[in-house]
Amino acid sequence: MIVNWFRYASPVSFYPLAGRLARGFGALAAVFAAIGLWIGLVAAPTDATQGDAYRIIFIHVPAAWMAMIVYVAMALWSAVALGLNARLSAMMAQALAPTGALMAALALWSGAFWGRPTWGTYWAWDARMTSTLILLFLYLGVIALRQAIDDPRRADRACAVLALVGVVNVPIIYFSVQWWNTLHQGSSISLTAAPKMAMLMLAGLLVMTAAAWCYCIAASLTRVRAIIVERERGSGWVASLIDIGTSP
Amino acid sequence: MKPRTRRFVWIGAGLVAVAAAATLILSAFRSNLVFFFTPSQVYAHEAPQSRPFRIGGLVLGGSLERVPGTLTVRFKVTDTAATVPVTYTGLLPDLFKEGKGVVAQGAMGADGTFHATQVLAKHDENYMPPEAKAAIDAAHAHSGAMSMPSLHEARAQ
Repeated sequence: MIVNWFRYASPVSFYPLAGRLARGFGALAAVFAAIGLWIGLVAAPTDATQGDAYRIIFIHVPAAWMAMIVYVAMALWSAVALGLNARLSAMMAQALAPTGALMAALALWSGAFWGRPTWGTYWAWDARMTSTLILLFLYLGVIALRQAIDDPRRADRACAVLALVGVVNVPIIYFSVQWWNTLHQGSSISLTAAPKMAMLMLAGLLVMTAAAWCYCIAASLTRVRAIIVERERGSGWVASLIDIGTSP
Repeated sequence: MKPRTRRFVWIGAGLVAVAAAATLILSAFRSNLVFFFTPSQVYAHEAPQSRPFRIGGLVLGGSLERVPGTLTVRFKVTDTAATVPVTYTGLLPDLFKEGKGVVAQGAMGADGTFHATQVLAKHDENYMPPEAKAAIDAAHAHSGAMSMPSLHEARAQ
């Protein structure tokens, strides 16, 4: 079967598909989060050095990963929007920014509450934490820049450039713990080495990561539907959508 | 070249330029980006002499002494090659332990002792249940490795 992917580059055909996908991923996120939280808070053993404080890992690490992944996704959509002049891609980039900002804020906030009992401080200006704070500011900057420009097509281009410039920060965050002495510990999980944590802890972390992925996809697709309706309100199909009063 | 291709080339060139700029900036500020200096760096005079800095390493096993009746503690920070004595008055974080990572902020005194104003514990990337830790410690003790007396556990009891 040949699928014509470009069909979905049009908001008219993407709108109902996004709705179906958002509902599916939303349900998956709830299921994964329920299983992941049960493993993390009930089934997983206590850590030998950190005690139960380590359980913040099940929120902190998925949020930090998603903050970086969502940024890369936003930059990719921005590149497509700039290169192909595709308005739906710009809308996707716009829809991803608040979700990414939420994930970055969650990572910083949970990290502060982890740092207090383990390191003895809420915050330190080490490379990992500072670069993650810059990531949050980049997200907020992209959101603010969009609000500052009235013409949506000009706002698309300006935000795309800012998102692409900021993407250099992502490898800096990831490798900061290897390049410099930091207070933050190194990676427990990497693609090249065996995980440095107990099996059940790892299982909980991976399930929570799946939940975070599904949540981010569901939230951004729901948001992109709202953006489509808002920005295409002049077109006939959106008007007919509102007349009928149902969502396909 | 199609206009579309040209735009993608410009985006790619822009990204390369930004990445190059970031690399240059980061390498220029390399010494300012380290969170702490190791004892070896301190003795090699790589750490700042006149202003406060952070020193990081492992708390040397058996080096922790408390001054009776005060909150003052003395311990040694080591990177296994060099060792710096540290003195600190205040509460130590829960994870502070002999043989574990530590980052202390302060300045070198004329007596060669590091006077810390803040002590942070640095934990590692290993997560394991207490049973696994006990098994590893037992294996170490069996193989004749130095066993570290644990203040943290003594306090918790």
